[in-house]
Amino acid sequence: MQVMFLLMTMFPEWILSHGAASLVVIPLILAVLTALNPNAKLAWATVLGVTVLCVFTSLGLLLQITAHGPIHYNMGGWKPPLGIGYYVDGLNAPILLLISLVAFLCTIYALPSVAAEVEPKKKGPFYAAFLISFAGLLGMVVTADAFNVFVFLEVSSISTYVLVGMGASRDRRALTSSFNYLIMGSIGATFFVIGIGFLYMQTGTLNMMDIARVLQDIGSQDRVVRLAFAFIVIGLGLKLAMFPLHMWLPGAYAYAPSFFTTFLAATATKAALYLLLRFTFTVFDPSWDFVATAIMILLAGLGILGMLAASLQAIFQNDLRRVLAYSSVAQVGYMLLGIGMATTLGLTAGYLHMLNHAIMKGALFIAAGAFWYRFGITQVTDMRGLGKTMPWTMAGFTVAGISLIGVPGTAGFVSKLTLVRAAAENGWWWAIGVIVVTSILAIIYIGRIIEQAYFQPVPELKGKPVARNEAPYTMLIPLWILALSTLVFGVNAEWTTSLAQSAAHVLDAGPNTNIPGAHEVMPVVTGGH
Amino acid sequence: MSPHVILRVVSKLLIPLIALFALYVQFHGDFGPGGGFQAGVIFASAIILYALIFGLDEAKRAIPPSWVRIGMSTGVIIYGGTGVATWLLGGEFLNYTFFAPDSTHAAGQHWGIFAVELGVLCTVASAMVAIFYAFGSRTTELTDEDW
Repeated sequence: MQVMFLLMTMFPEWILSHGAASLVVIPLILAVLTALNPNAKLAWATVLGVTVLCVFTSLGLLLQITAHGPIHYNMGGWKPPLGIGYYVDGLNAPILLLISLVAFLCTIYALPSVAAEVEPKKKGPFYAAFLISFAGLLGMVVTADAFNVFVFLEVSSISTYVLVGMGASRDRRALTSSFNYLIMGSIGATFFVIGIGFLYMQTGTLNMMDIARVLQDIGSQDRVVRLAFAFIVIGLGLKLAMFPLHMWLPGAYAYAPSFFTTFLAATATKAALYLLLRFTFTVFDPSWDFVATAIMILLAGLGILGMLAASLQAIFQNDLRRVLAYSSVAQVGYMLLGIGMATTLGLTAGYLHMLNHAIMKGALFIAAGAFWYRFGITQVTDMRGLGKTMPWTMAGFTVAGISLIGVPGTAGFVSKLTLVRAAAENGWWWAIGVIVVTSILAIIYIGRIIEQAYFQPVPELKGKPVARNEAPYTMLIPLWILALSTLVFGVNAEWTTSLAQSAAHVLDAGPNTNIPGAHEVMPVVTGGH
Repeated sequence: MSPHVILRVVSKLLIPLIALFALYVQFHGDFGPGGGFQAGVIFASAIILYALIFGLDEAKRAIPPSWVRIGMSTGVIIYGGTGVATWLLGGEFLNYTFFAPDSTHAAGQHWGIFAVELGVLCTVASAMVAIFYAFGSRTTELTDEDW
C-alpha cells in the first residue's frame, strides 16, 4: 500500500481526473494527425508516444481505483443517464492497462516488422489505422454507455478489417480473410446493436447502470429483455471467438501483418470478453434463471467444446500462426469455462487466464513474426533448426509455449491451477478431466514446434548449414519482456491474482445500479438568445 | 458545341445554390432541423453533381483528392480540438459551458456546438466526396492470374 500511494503522487491530478476520457481522445486525435503525416518514422514515433502516455494514464487509473474506488467521468459535463458516462472500476481498469501495455510493446516491435511487411507508401495510414483501432478498444472498455460501446466496437472493428487486409502485400489471402472477418464482425456488431435496441425499448435508457436499475423493476419474465440478452450474448460471442462462432479468427490472425496479429491476439478478444462479463453480470442479473442457465450451459458448455475442438484443430495445422490462432480459440474456452462456473473462484480463474493468455500469446506471435522476418518461415515443418539459427527468439517462444501448456512455474500454470481449484470447488470433476486433456493436446501442438526447432538438424543452403541470424533487438526486447513476465507471474502471481480477485468481486456484487448524482436536478440550459 | 447544354447550364446555376443551402442548414441547426451531418451531405452533393455533369477528372481538378483527405482529417481535428480546448479551460471533455462560464444564456454551449458542427460539416462533406471518388475511379477487377 505504501508503494502504491508513493506511485500515485507521480501522477498529475489532471491525469487522474480526466484520464478516462483522455485514453480515448488522445489516440483518436493523434490518429487523424498521423493519417496526414507522410513520414513513416514520425508516424511510428507518434504511436510510441501515444502508447506510452496511455500506459501511464491507465496505470494511474488502476492505482486510483484501487485506492479510492470507481471513477465516474461525465462527458461534456452532462450527468448520466442523460449524458455519456465513462466508468472505471476493478473489472475494466486491468484491461485498460493490458491493452495499453501490449500496444506499447507491439509498437517497439512494429519498427522492423512494419517496415518489412507494409508497402512504404501505406505506412503512415497503417499507423493511423492502428491508433484508431487502439482507441476503439480502449473506448469499448472504458465507456459505461451501451450505445457508445457499439460505436467503439465498430470503430475498432472497421480499422481492424483494414489492418488485416493490409497483410496483402505479404500474402494475398489476407484480403479474403479480411472480408470474411468483415462479414462475421458486422453480423456480430449488428446482433449486439439489436440487443441494445431491445434493451432501450424496454428500459428507455442507454446508460449501463441505469439499464440495470430499470431491469430490476421489469424483472426476469419480460420476453423482450430475454431476447435482448440472447442477441447481446451472440453478438459478443462472435466478437470474442466463442467456439462455433470463431471461424473468422484463424484467417485474420494468420494473414494480418505480424505486428497487428500480435496486438489483435492479445487484446481484441479480451475487450469483447470484458463486455460479455459486464453485460451478463452487472447489467443483467446473474441470479435470474435465464441468465444463470445461459452462463452455465452456453458459456461453460461452449467453452468446453471449444477447448477440445480447437485444440484438436491446432494439432493438425501446419501454418504456425494458424496453430496459435486455434490455440487462442481453445484458450477463450478456458476463460469461458471459468466464467461459466459463476463462482468467485471461477470468475477469478477466467479473468486471470485472460490476463495471462494475453501475455503468452503476445510473446508467441512476436516470435512467429520474427521467424518470418528473418527466414520467411510460416510453416511448422520449415522451422527445423531454429533453436540454433535464432536461439534467443526460439528460447522466448519456448518459454511462452510452455506457459501456454501450463508447466509449473509459469503464468499459464497459475491460471490453470486456479481453474482446476474452481472446478473442484464446484464439484465439476469432468471439467478437470477436460482441462488435463486439453493441456496434453497443448503439449502436442507446442511440442511439435519445439521438436522441429531443437531436435531437427539445421537446414543446408548450398551445402553449408544456414548461418545464425538472430532477430533484431527491437523484436527481442518486447518478446523477452513478455516471456519473462510469464515467468515472473508464474512464480509470484500475487499482483495478477489480486487484480483478478477485485474483478471477480465487481462481478459477484451483481447488477450495478449506482449512478452518482443521477437523481440530482440537472442544470437547466435554456436555448435561444 | 458539347452535348448536354441544358444540363450544364442548369447545374452551373444550381451548384452555388446547393452549396449555399448547405450553409443555411448548417447555421440553422441550432433552431430547426439540420446540422453538420445534413449540411455536409448537401455540400458534397453539389460537388458530386459537378462530377456527374462535367466528368470525374474535371471534378478532381476542382477539388483534388488530397484536399478531400485533408478535409476529412481537419473536421475531426476541429471536433476533437474543441474538446481539448474545454480541457485546457478546466472543464470535462466537450463541456462547452467553460467557453463562457459567466454567461446567463449558455453562450458557451452555443459556441461549442457551433465549432463541433463545423467539424462535422468538414468531415462529412469530404468523406462523401471521397466515397464518390473511390467508387467513380475504380480500376478494372483483378484477373484470375493476379491471384
